[in-house]
Amino acid sequence: MRHLFSYIITRVLLAIPMVFIMLTLVFVVLRVMPGDPVSAMLGGHAPEKVIQQKKQELGLNKSIGEQYLDYIGKIAHLDLGESMIFKQKVSQPILEKLPATLELTFFGLLVSLAIGIPLGALAARRRRSARDYGVRFYANVAYCIPVFWMGLLLQLVCGVFLGWFPIAGRTSPRVEVSAFSRTGFYILDTLRTGNIAAFGDVMWHLVLPALTLGIVLSGIFVRLTRANMLDVLKSDYVLAARARGIPERRVVYNHGLRNALIPIVTMLGLQFSLLLAGAILTESTFSWPGMGRLLLERIYLRDYPVIQGVIIVYTLFVSAVSLLVDLLYAAIDPRVKY
Amino acid sequence: MGMNAHSGGTRVEASRFSPAGGVASFFRWISTSRRKYGTEWWIMIAGVLVIVLILTMTALPHLFTKYDPNDQNAGGQMTAPSRAHIMGTDNLSRDVWARVVYGARTILGVAIAAALLSALIGIPLGLLSGFAGGVFDRILSLIMDSVYSFPGLILAIAFAAMLGPGVVNITLAVAVVYIPTYFRLVRGQTLSIKEEVYVEAARAIGARRRTILGRYVFPNVIATVVVVLSLNIADAIMTEAALSYIGLGLPAGIPDWGMDLSMGKKFLPSGIWWMITFPGLMIMLLALGFTMLGEGLAEILNPRLLER
Repeated sequence: MRHLFSYIITRVLLAIPMVFIMLTLVFVVLRVMPGDPVSAMLGGHAPEKVIQQKKQELGLNKSIGEQYLDYIGKIAHLDLGESMIFKQKVSQPILEKLPATLELTFFGLLVSLAIGIPLGALAARRRRSARDYGVRFYANVAYCIPVFWMGLLLQLVCGVFLGWFPIAGRTSPRVEVSAFSRTGFYILDTLRTGNIAAFGDVMWHLVLPALTLGIVLSGIFVRLTRANMLDVLKSDYVLAARARGIPERRVVYNHGLRNALIPIVTMLGLQFSLLLAGAILTESTFSWPGMGRLLLERIYLRDYPVIQGVIIVYTLFVSAVSLLVDLLYAAIDPRVKY
Repeated sequence: MGMNAHSGGTRVEASRFSPAGGVASFFRWISTSRRKYGTEWWIMIAGVLVIVLILTMTALPHLFTKYDPNDQNAGGQMTAPSRAHIMGTDNLSRDVWARVVYGARTILGVAIAAALLSALIGIPLGLLSGFAGGVFDRILSLIMDSVYSFPGLILAIAFAAMLGPGVVNITLAVAVVYIPTYFRLVRGQTLSIKEEVYVEAARAIGARRRTILGRYVFPNVIATVVVVLSLNIADAIMTEAALSYIGLGLPAGIPDWGMDLSMGKKFLPSGIWWMITFPGLMIMLLALGFTMLGEGLAEILNPRLLER
C-alpha cells in the first residue's frame, strides 16, 4: 500500500513538467500570433489612446518575459486568471463546458469499446479467414473516416432524412435543464431530480454525437483487441485449455479475451488524446457546448488566459487518465507491482 | 526495396544494370512477393492504386473535368447530381466534382509535405538524442513525450491560428504535430541498435560518430520509418481536413475538401446531401489508400509479423 501511494505521488509530480512544457509552448505561440485581445474586442478602429489604455489594463504592454513570469506566478497559486474579453474568471467558462465534454467522451468511449472489443475478438478467432479480413477492413475504414464527416453523415441520414434524432445541442429548447442543473452534468442532474422526461431528452441528444465519436474510434479498439487476442491464443494456457477439451467458444472468450483485455486497458490511456481531439471536431459538428468549442471561440477572440486555461485542463485530463489507467492495470493484473 | 533484395533473390547489381533488366526484375519481384504474401500484397496494391488515381487527379485535373473549380456559373445553384454535373453543384453554383478533382492537390500536397517535414526534423533529432544520451537526451525526450501525449489536433489548431491561413502555414501546423512520432520511433531504435555488436566493432576500428550514425544506425532505422511515413501521411490528411473544416486552414479561393465540407454543413438541414457526401468520401479514400499501403509494407518488410 505504501508503495502504491508513493507511486501515485511520483506520477502526479511527473505531470507538472508536462503541464509546464505545454503551457510554455502555447504561451509563446499565442504571443507570436498576429492580432491581440484588444483589437479583437474593439475592432481595430478605436483611437490609439483607448487601445493603449486597454492594453495597459490587461498587462499586454509589458514584455513577453514579464507577462510569462506573472502568469506562471499565478498558476503556481492555482489561479487561472481572468478572461481578457469578458468580465469573468477563466475557471467559470471552463467549469461550465467541461461536463459537456466529459459526457460526450465517456459515452463515445463506451460505444467504441462496445463495437471494438467483440469485433476484434471475432476477427482473431480465425486468423486470415474472410471474417478476419472483413473485420480488419472495417477497422481501417472506421479509422480513416474523418470524425466530422461521420457526424455530418449521421446528421443527414438519422437527423434530416429519417428525423429520428436531433442534430444539434445538448437539449431541446423547451427543456430547461440548466434551470435545475447544478453540476453541469445533465445526465446526473436529471436523474438526481428524477426528471425522467428531461433525462430522456438529454440522452436523445447524446445519441448521434456519441455514435459519431464511438464508430470512428472503434477501429482502433478492433485492431488492439485483435492483435492482443492473437498473442494470447498462441499461449500455453490456451493450448492447455483446448487439450482439456473445453469448448472452443469458452476457450476464446473466457481464457483468451479476458487476458487480452489487460493490455488493452493500458492502450486506453494512449488513445485518450485521440478521443479528446475527436471530441473537439464532434462538438463543432453538433454545436455541442463543450471545451472544444470554447477553445475555438476564444482563439478567434484571442482571449489568451482562457485558451491557456483550456490547454492546462486538457493536459491535466490526459495525465489524470494515464495515471488512472496505470492504477487500473495494477488492479486487474495481480502480477503488476509498484 | 533493399530490405527485400535477399529474400526475393532478384538483387540488381549496380555494375550490370540495364533499364530493361531493371524493369524485368521489378516485375519478377512483384510476382514472387505476390505469391509469398497473398492477401497482404493485394491490400497494399489496392492502396497504391487509390493513391496513384488521386495523384493523377492532382497532375492532370483537366482530364477529369471540364469545369473550373471556382467558376460560379457552372450550373444552377445547389442542383442535385445529374448528367451535366455528376456530383451536383454547390451554393455558389460551382461544380462539386470539379472542386473534388482540384481539391486533391491541396490536401495531398499539404499532407505529404507535412509528413516529410516532420520526418526531416524528427529523424535526425531522434538519432542524435538516442545516440548521445545524457542530459540532452533526457530534456529532449521529456519535451517530445509531452507533445506526443497531448492531443495533436489542439496543437495544430493553436499553430494554425498563430500562422494564419495559407498553404505553407497549414503545412507547418500539421508538421509540428508529428515530429515527436518520428523522434520517439527513431530514438527507441537507435538505443537498441547502438548496443549491437557491429556498432561496437565500428567503434573499435575507430569510425567517426558521423560514420556510425550515417552508415550503421540510420540504414537499420529506415525500414520502419517508411511504414510510419505512409501511416503518418494518412493521419496528416485527416488533420489537414480537420483544420480547414474548422476554418483555420486556407484562404478562400483554394479548392479544399475540408472547406467544402464546412460549407456543405450549412445546407445539410435542407437535405443537400451531395455537398457533404463527396468531399468527405474523398478524404476517407485518400487516407485509406495510405493506411493500406502502410499496413501492407509493414507486413512485407517485417516477416515476423506474418508468423503470428
